[in-house]
This record gives sequence, structure tokens and C-alpha cells, in this order.
Amino acid sequence: MNSLSLITSCLTLGSTDPHPNVTPSVLYGLGWLYLILFAMNAVWTWKSYHRGRHFRLPEFLGGMDMPNAAAWSMYSIALLLVSVTHLTCASVPEALRWFVMPDFAKAAIDFVVADARRYFAVTTFGFIGMLLLRNWLAKPNVGWVLLNLALLFLCVSLTDWDFRQIVGKPDNVPIVAMLFIVGFFTWLFFYRANENDRRAAQGQGPVEAENNEKVLTWPDLVYTEMICMIAVTALLILWGIALQAPLEEPASAVKTPNPSKAPWYFLGLQEMLVYFDPWLAGVVFPSVIIGGMMAIPYIDFNKLGNGYYTFNQRKFAITAFMFGFLPLWIGMITLGTFLRGPNWNIFGIYEYWDVHKLEALNNVSLSEYFWYGIGQPLPMAPAGANFWTQAPYILLREFVGFVAIGIYLGVLPMVMAMTVFKKFFLRMGFLRYMVFSNLVLMMAALPITMVLRWAANLKYFIKIPEWFFNV
Amino acid sequence: MSVGDYIRDSQIWKSVFRHPAPYDRRNRVVVMLTNFFLHLHPVSIKQQGIALSYTWCMGGITFFLFLVETITGVLLMFYYRPTLEWAFNDILALRDVTTLGIMREIHRWGAHAMVITVWLHMYRVFLTGSYKPPREFNWVVGVILLKLTLLLSFTGYLLPWDQLAIWAITVGSNMARATPVLGHEGPGFQFLNLGGYDLITNASDARFLLLGSRFVGEETLNRFYILHCVAIPLAAAGLIAIHFWRVRKDGGISQPL
Repeated sequence: MNSLSLITSCLTLGSTDPHPNVTPSVLYGLGWLYLILFAMNAVWTWKSYHRGRHFRLPEFLGGMDMPNAAAWSMYSIALLLVSVTHLTCASVPEALRWFVMPDFAKAAIDFVVADARRYFAVTTFGFIGMLLLRNWLAKPNVGWVLLNLALLFLCVSLTDWDFRQIVGKPDNVPIVAMLFIVGFFTWLFFYRANENDRRAAQGQGPVEAENNEKVLTWPDLVYTEMICMIAVTALLILWGIALQAPLEEPASAVKTPNPSKAPWYFLGLQEMLVYFDPWLAGVVFPSVIIGGMMAIPYIDFNKLGNGYYTFNQRKFAITAFMFGFLPLWIGMITLGTFLRGPNWNIFGIYEYWDVHKLEALNNVSLSEYFWYGIGQPLPMAPAGANFWTQAPYILLREFVGFVAIGIYLGVLPMVMAMTVFKKFFLRMGFLRYMVFSNLVLMMAALPITMVLRWAANLKYFIKIPEWFFNV
Repeated sequence: MSVGDYIRDSQIWKSVFRHPAPYDRRNRVVVMLTNFFLHLHPVSIKQQGIALSYTWCMGGITFFLFLVETITGVLLMFYYRPTLEWAFNDILALRDVTTLGIMREIHRWGAHAMVITVWLHMYRVFLTGSYKPPREFNWVVGVILLKLTLLLSFTGYLLPWDQLAIWAITVGSNMARATPVLGHEGPGFQFLNLGGYDLITNASDARFLLLGSRFVGEETLNRFYILHCVAIPLAAAGLIAIHFWRVRKDGGISQPL
């Protein structure tokens, strides 16, 4: 069904569609969102006018100088018109069909996100792109355009019923907000880091070292804190009035919801369960994450970048930490919250959560690859054998996996110490270097396992279900 | 004499605030030294160290949210009974009939916000390299506080006793079953046995310790309630005090060396 026929079917009220994409109340609400967007851009236009920057129109448009503010004001006025149209024509959805996410765009976006491989590729390459383009992205105008695009995307997507179901869930609203907030602060970091890096290239100290006189805590800090406290209190009260805290049916130990999700901040760990057994994903890796984070100050020997923003002076540390925080932690929470549906299948953001969606899974372990590869059956202990008789058979069966992991965590650090991490090894000493390299390799284990799963259906490197020991 | 002056000249006011209002430099210094709450801060501070675009204010907001959670939490404790019979109904009543039932909304949204702000605080501290010497140990304390924040939120998730609550906790705590050596479905649990009898069973493993039962039941509700309202907040409050004290002792908010 295309969007137009859907709108017309909505119009033939009382709509028979139980999941209407556009309804008058949705359009009316969007009108207010566009109005907020207009207000934001009006303020931006004002600031742009005072900054007084110009840009050159392309030749076919006359090639003359235009103030940036002129472009922003035209955009703002367009938003105002869109807003007014929504507020006044909300009851005539067909008049607003141009502001609905078109079906081909929905299909394209769902194609990209509704697949763990493509989702991971997009977030990872997006992350790399962000690092490479950081000088361009950190420009205020570029950041503002990106914010506008993200908000416009949110607005037009809200015309989709399935999108509203998943994004509008009260518990998910803070996660949507978090994506914007994390994006903003990442932008702010690059903005400040670029400035300091540029200054460092010219032999100047960081911005933070300039104009750094001592001021009295009262009023300079105490007032800021007071205003922050009032703002946070007001926000919480408004949020509490606008959105009711979720309360579902009374608990029932026999009715398992599908999907059953952990609290949202643990969804990154739950996502790891797809690739690792619970003892790794639920116990070992969280402990390693906590322990590894505590170890950071003791393995980072770089004395630069203490107390000011910089990227160039701490390239490796910041890239590694950001990779863990953005695509892995925040990215996996986003995947788990918005895309994981019934039976832990992945659904597009515009896709209906169909309980009967089927996804073929056919996973093989490394030992099966090896033994079937050389044309041998898996070594099996005679039935009913005791632990000590079984053990050698099991270890023989899985020896490739043990060797692979031994190489990965034992030999690979040595090889890296002599090649890519030579400088690190010399500065750190043996023990610190081994802790550091194992932490890095464990963080890399998640993407590596994902890629192997997708490329070769590989589930386990070591598969000993007899001992609950699957890696 | 204006009313304000009259109040400030009274014996009561002077007994509380031992000096004139902080309008001049001297009294702005004195207020920081004599006020119990303000003495957390130094008297004067580097200008760039308190710039919002440097600190993002996230640590401060996290602490403020901790206070909000404590206050709204205490108010909720007056109303809520952690038993199978009452837990869900009390929350229902908070939603539908209780005056100031909005405390639950503020408590829940504040908890979500606190998880986000504590992550952003960590993000900022990492990006400014503030964990570097001499602040290494305070970073470690901070990581523990981050974990306590998540545990506070996790234990609180169960208390409404609805479908969302028990299944989220079931999913979350099922992992403990697979704890190496200490979980009854974890690798190496066979090592702990006595004369052929396993010491680690589903009634004695790490998950049982967490839940107080073999499944999420009334014992779990009680256990999580105590953890949520007493044990973890006390631990967090203690560590927060150390965290703040160490900020001062390690040289204040980080600055270019």
C-alpha cells in the first residue's frame, strides 16, 4: 500500500486501518514540533546575522555574495509555513502528503538498519568517517545542519505508526534524547579539540590555559550550580507531567513477554548474548569492562592531554575509548532498544513487529569446521564414560579452538609488541603491556566474532556444552 | 529600615549566618568557609575549570539527581509496600489516586537521566584526560560509582512488580546462572563438589544469592528493595563523599598542567 492510498483510506473514516500512519492528532502534534524547529532556527538566523559571514552562490544562480543569515532565514520561514500548514490542516491529511516519509525511503532505511551486519557496518564506518572528517564536522554550521537533518528525520518518521510505537514508548523517550545529547557532546568535544590542536600546531598552549585567573566560587560557580539545579528540577517535573511512568500488567511468572528485554542500559550486554554464551556476555565481559576501565589510568602512559581537550595528542586513547562508547555501547543499546523485536529478531524502524517473522540460523563451531574439513568424525568418548575418560576426548575435539584463542590472547600481543605496538611495549613494560593488549583484544573480540558469525556462520571457537564452556 | 535589614539584624538570623550577606569580597570568601554545604568547594577557583563548555556540568547534575532520587525515594517509601500482595497495587494507586503520585514519575525519569548523565560525566573526564596523574584513583572510585548507579537503577526496576519489572530482572539475573565456578550452569561448577555432591546447584549458586530464590519471587522483591533503598545508596553516598574529597585533594577540577 503506498502512502497516498493509505492516507485516503484514513480519510474514509472511521478508518478500518488499526495502525493508521497519519491521524489528525499526530499531524497537529507535528505542527508544534515544526514550530519548535522554526524557533530554534530563528534564533540561529539571528546569531548568524550578528556573526555576519557570507557565502558565494554558485555561478548558475548568479554567483553573488549572500549573507549566511539570508539562507537561514529562508529555511526558517519554510519551517514556519510547514508548521502553520500542519496546525491548520491537521484534519485534512491529504493536504500534508508531502511531509510524510515516502515508502521507498522507509524501505531503504529499513534495508540498512534491519540487519545486524549492515547496522554494524554503518555505525562502524560512520564512526571512522566522523574521525576522518572531524575538522569539517566540528564547524558550527555543519553541526547545526546535522542537528536539523536529524530532527527533520524524526519529524517525518513520526508519521509512521510502527516508528511511533517504538520511539514513543515512555521508557524509550530518554534513549532518543540520549542519542541527541551524546551527539551534541561528541560534537562539542571535536569543536574544542580542533581549536586546541590548531593552536598546538602554531606553538600555542590550549584555550583552557588562557584567561585562567582565579575567581571567587561565590558567585561564579555557586550561581551556575543553582541555575542548573532549577533547570533540572523544572525538566523533571515537566517530563513527569508529560509522560507517565510505564506500568504494565501485574507480574506473572507464566506469561513470558516476547521480546523479554533487560533494562535499557544493559541492552548492549544482552546484544552480546547473540554472539557469546551467557558466562562470557553476562559475567566475564562486564567484569572485564569494569576492570578494564579502572585500569585505564594505569596503562595510559601518555602525559599529554591532561586537563584540556585534544585529539591529535591522544589519538589512540580517544579513538579506542570512543569506539567502545559510541558504536559498541551506545550503538548496541540503540540496536537492542529500537530494532530488536519478538524472538530477538531485528526489525526495521518502520516495520511491524510480526511475531512470526522467520530468520534462518545455521551455526557451526570451529571444531566441526576442522574435523569435518579433514574428513574425520568428531572425537567422541564412549557413551557413559566418566569425567576423566571424557576429558581427553573433549580436549582433542576442541584443540583447534584452544590453539586459536591461545594465539589470539597469548601470541598475538607478542607479535604486536614487536610491530604495531612497539612504542607502547617499550614504554609500558611487560605486565602493563599484556594487560593493555588483552583488554584491546577483548574489545576487538566482539566485532571479530560478529564478522565471523556473518561470514562463516561460526558460532563457537571452543564448544564444550558438557562443561558449559563455550567460547 | 527595610524588612530585609530587620530580618538580617535579628538574633535568629545572625545565629544561623555568622556574617553579613555575601555582597562584598570579604563575605564572599567567608560564606564559603562557614557554610557546611558550600565548604565542599574551595574559596576561589580557576575560571576555565568551571566553564560549562569544559565541564558540561554532568558530574554536578548526576549528584543533584542522586539527591532528587533520595528525596523522592524516601517519599515513595512511605507509601510503597514491597510484598507480592501490595507492590503492584501501591504503584497503581500512585499512578491513579495518590496525591503527589507524580513522585514516581520524577523518580523514574530522574533515574534514567542519572544513568545518562553519569555516562556523559565519564565521557567528559576521559576526553579531557582528567584521569591522568594525580587523579588515577579518583577515576577508579568513579567507575565504581558508575556501576553502583546502574545497580541502583537495576534493583529499582523490579519494585513496580509488573510484567516489565520481573521479566527485565529475570533476563538480567539469568546471566548470573552462568557465572564461572559459582553458577550452576557456568563452566567449572563441577570443581566445587564434596564427595561427589555438587555444592553449586540452582539453590546455592550466584543467581540464588542475587534473587534469594530459584526464580524472581517475593524473596527477590525484598532483597532488591533493601539493596535499592538502603544498601546501595549508603555505599554510593560514602563513595560520593570520597570522590568529592579526592577532587579537592588531587588539586581541584583538572586543568592544563
